[in-house]
Amino acid sequence: MNLRRDVFQAIADPTRRAILLLVASQSMTAGAIASNFDTARPTVSKHLQILTECELLEQEQNGREISYHLNAKKMKEVADFIEPFRKMWDDRFNKLEAVMKQHKTR
Amino acid sequence: MERKTKIQAEDGKQELLITREFDLPLELLFKAYVESGIVEQWMGTKVLKLESKKHGSWQFETTDPKGNKHGFNGTIHEFVPNEKITRTFEMDNAPFGVQLEFLEFEKLDADTSKLTMHVVYRSVAIRDQILQLPFAQGINMAHNRIQEILSQN
Repeated sequence: MNLRRDVFQAIADPTRRAILLLVASQSMTAGAIASNFDTARPTVSKHLQILTECELLEQEQNGREISYHLNAKKMKEVADFIEPFRKMWDDRFNKLEAVMKQHKTR
Repeated sequence: MERKTKIQAEDGKQELLITREFDLPLELLFKAYVESGIVEQWMGTKVLKLESKKHGSWQFETTDPKGNKHGFNGTIHEFVPNEKITRTFEMDNAPFGVQLEFLEFEKLDADTSKLTMHVVYRSVAIRDQILQLPFAQGINMAHNRIQEILSQN
């Protein structure tokens, strides 16, 4: 229960959400992530630590560097990350249905 | 609101299943995938080419709110009216590559029908990325809104 609350607190922060967005499409090193923000590097590191602790991010040793990627399983748990994808298709199909109902009566 | 559209995406698989039941006769549902003018209306895209036949090809183009154009294209491998369409789908200038789509159209009764879309991606990682895109965009939009609100103060 405590962990879940921590996860929601983690995604309540705009910088941390922006980090999740960055690594959603590809895994990135801490340096590459930090270069996207004006914030000091230690602040970004702190955000990465929080996101990793609540398992929203996973670390991966890449030679000398550590890279981060989204933990899809955890995202699914906390935010049902598939829902926006489902919603997108649902909206599209609703439109199809509406268009064809119009088409029928014409 | 009833959730009519269902997504099945098992962990560790490079495919997903999208199913949807429509309050439309089968013929009307199928027509929505065949006629350019109709596709343009519900997909909100420009249809540059749509050859609804075996070995035909298709090409769509959308314009986002910023005015940028995005292209999509593919070829049709199998085309059986009121039954199925097998086609490829590729987003131009995207790192995802080609995906294979099996569309099956089914009659439920005289007025309702069902569509099953079986989509196969090149890898599990690509499938997961594509599933996350709308989620990521949602986060981005929320983030932008927060920034707007903050910058007004």
